[in-house]
Amino acid sequence: MSYAATHDQHDDHHGAPKSFFQRWFMSTNHKDIGTLYLIFALTMFFIGGSFAMTIRAELFKPGLQLVQPYFFNQLTTMHGLIMIFGAIMPAFVGLGNWMIPMMVGAPDMALPRMNNLSFWILPFAFILMLSTLFLPGGGPAGGWTMYPPLSLQSNSLAYVVFAIHLMGISSIMGAINIIATILNMRAPGMDLLKMPVFVWSWLITAFLLIAVMPVLAGAVTMLLTDKYFDTSFFNPGGGGDPVLYQHVFWFFGHPEVYIMILPAFGIISEIVPTFARKPIFGYKAMVFALACIAFLSFTVWAHHMFAVGLPLGADLFFMYATMLIAVPTGVKVFNWVATMWGGSMTFETPMLFAIAFIILFTIGGFSGLMLALVPADFQYQDTYFVVAHFHYVLVTGALFAIIGAAYFWLPKWSGHMYSEFWGKVHFWNSVVWVNVLFFPQHFLGLAGMPRRIPDYNVAFANFNMISSIGGFLFGASQLIFLGVVIHCVFFSKKQAADRAWEGAKGLEWTVPSPAPHHTFSVPPVIHDEELAHGDVHA
Amino acid sequence: MSQQHDVYFVPAKSYWPFVAAVVMFIFMFGAGHWLNAEPGGAGFGKTVLTLGVLGVLGMFFGWFRSVINESLAGDYNPQVDTSFRMGMMWFIFSEVMFFGAFFSALFYIRMFSVPWLGGEGHGVLTHQFLWSDYAAAWGANGGNGPAHVGGAFETVPAWGLPLLNTLILLSSSVTVTIAHHALRAGHRGRILVFLGLTVLLGALFLNFQAHEYIEAYHELNLTLGSGVYGSTFFLLTGFHGLHVTLGTIMLSVIWFRVLKGHFSKEHHFGFEAVAWYWHFVDVVWLGLFMFVYIL
Repeated sequence: MSYAATHDQHDDHHGAPKSFFQRWFMSTNHKDIGTLYLIFALTMFFIGGSFAMTIRAELFKPGLQLVQPYFFNQLTTMHGLIMIFGAIMPAFVGLGNWMIPMMVGAPDMALPRMNNLSFWILPFAFILMLSTLFLPGGGPAGGWTMYPPLSLQSNSLAYVVFAIHLMGISSIMGAINIIATILNMRAPGMDLLKMPVFVWSWLITAFLLIAVMPVLAGAVTMLLTDKYFDTSFFNPGGGGDPVLYQHVFWFFGHPEVYIMILPAFGIISEIVPTFARKPIFGYKAMVFALACIAFLSFTVWAHHMFAVGLPLGADLFFMYATMLIAVPTGVKVFNWVATMWGGSMTFETPMLFAIAFIILFTIGGFSGLMLALVPADFQYQDTYFVVAHFHYVLVTGALFAIIGAAYFWLPKWSGHMYSEFWGKVHFWNSVVWVNVLFFPQHFLGLAGMPRRIPDYNVAFANFNMISSIGGFLFGASQLIFLGVVIHCVFFSKKQAADRAWEGAKGLEWTVPSPAPHHTFSVPPVIHDEELAHGDVHA
Repeated sequence: MSQQHDVYFVPAKSYWPFVAAVVMFIFMFGAGHWLNAEPGGAGFGKTVLTLGVLGVLGMFFGWFRSVINESLAGDYNPQVDTSFRMGMMWFIFSEVMFFGAFFSALFYIRMFSVPWLGGEGHGVLTHQFLWSDYAAAWGANGGNGPAHVGGAFETVPAWGLPLLNTLILLSSSVTVTIAHHALRAGHRGRILVFLGLTVLLGALFLNFQAHEYIEAYHELNLTLGSGVYGSTFFLLTGFHGLHVTLGTIMLSVIWFRVLKGHFSKEHHFGFEAVAWYWHFVDVVWLGLFMFVYIL
């Protein structure tokens, strides 16, 4: 059935090199490098998660229990940096690496050696960053945003800045690779508007990455020279301004938020049509909404800084621009729901995660709208309401999409089906406990509990205890996920079909499961009826 | 591998990417350790940093050598060529955004932070309570902020060395373009002359900039520590100078490759990539000349 595979003489299981070092350290294979990215992301997810567990244990009840306040601050800082740069972003790059070449009918990424470099920089960058925890004086403790002058007090700053430089180089090279792959390596006939939405989402995300990672590099370089080379960028005495850092940082930081959610939108746009057995509703609208969100992301950065004392005109501009983003995002949520409407739905684990994403991400979006209101934001700034908001968009948003994608594509990667029963156990535990974990934090924030503190007023005790219980159980639930993945890859006896899901469309489902080491060494012939969006021009 | 248009090209396995990750780590670890060393203390940071820099240079040499050999062997088909071109274009775009961060910092400081410190705007309390005698100004009379960080200094006049450097860089853009036309026409002698001239002009630029820095430090008391004026001046011109240095090294490598006959009329992406980079560095300089030196 697979036109592409039958034409490809390299298309067998013997393509992978025998030597362990050659295969994993010298790789030019997008599948192996994608696997490395995913394993790395999962490892960092558990390391960052262990920090989160310690934080929730400390906050289980008022008073200081387990850790010193200064170490607590290091934990919150490191938790943020690790989850953003070590877990979510590499997981998306890993998914992009695995799936984009197969989805557009390319043999590999456009620049395969640079791809390997992009990955291998990351473990070293995180060794550099995590090693600061063991230095005299400890790791960075000023929050992941590293606002000066607080962040300038830590001796770990140099290591953290250099680690961020390395991560930035890795991200930029990864993004360049993805853009070149999508624009230059598509099989003949794979028009831009026939590409899966996931590929579109990554094309736009890659553009955002190349545009803003250098800006972050600039911002942290200014921190570095302010601390070690006597410059005065953020020192009012010398004519500078600490708020300047916040402007430059959030010019990176807000597009960064979309870097962490646009690929998730892409994933949901693959999963929902598959299990609703209908083409996605409004394909072109989905693509244009992605582009709109990306464009608007450059015009809203100061909504992170309303309380810092901006001119009134700036407050108003950034408030309205921020609320405008709800329009294309609303288009996307509407289209996902409309895709499901009247479909013959089944509820396998990826679909469950996708539906949970749509509902819970929307809750995170609504709290985002509340935060966009300047007068209200003065109240919410730096409270647990903000913490609840961004965990709803990043955990039940980005992370749920990543987990859904893992269940969705595991059969293609490993050649086996995972255990549907344990997948569902994992899902229901995750979705229940994540709400127990984060929903009470809205109330804590509205009641005035500040974020990033190890101790709190006894008035906040009950909700914190509930939140901590949810946290421990949500953390423990992720061990089920680890078990399901290990079982699927190494022990599952249930073979996956080429088209692992009945309603799955797209080139990646035309190759065997597990996907052979090399796919599409010869450009495949595109049959529109095999694509999810082949009839978009009709 | 043969050049068939209906077969995709995937390069062979290589240890260079992993080596690159290792030497970059050594570089950054050494730099971090060096910055945190006790003054006068016997830290090993400097040694590690040096090893890292040498490692990075060696890695570039080795990696590019293998790429050049593959290119000469005819391994790369037009699709690979397009991927390389896209890679270089987007890399230059990322560099534009990097400089954009520093230019934006300069504009913010000049348009907002310094005037606000001087009392402009509503509810500006810093001026009222901390430095009520500070009159906002840029340049020698206030560019180092209300606390006069770094002491009195003078600025580098735009119409001396900076003007000369502008003319030098603009001429070098012309010479590299003449060399490119010569390459497409196949006149190797003319390429070598004009590309050589470009390298010399780049070196001359760097020489003058070094003079300018020495003069700024020793005679004008304009240093990195001269408040935001010094910060923006040295970071912007310094990062630009670093890019000119890299560009000059890249141009020299291309000169030797022309000498060895690596390029043909049709197949010379290496040359073009470096030429693009050189034009980019030139454009950044025009921005610097305008906003750092003249205005």
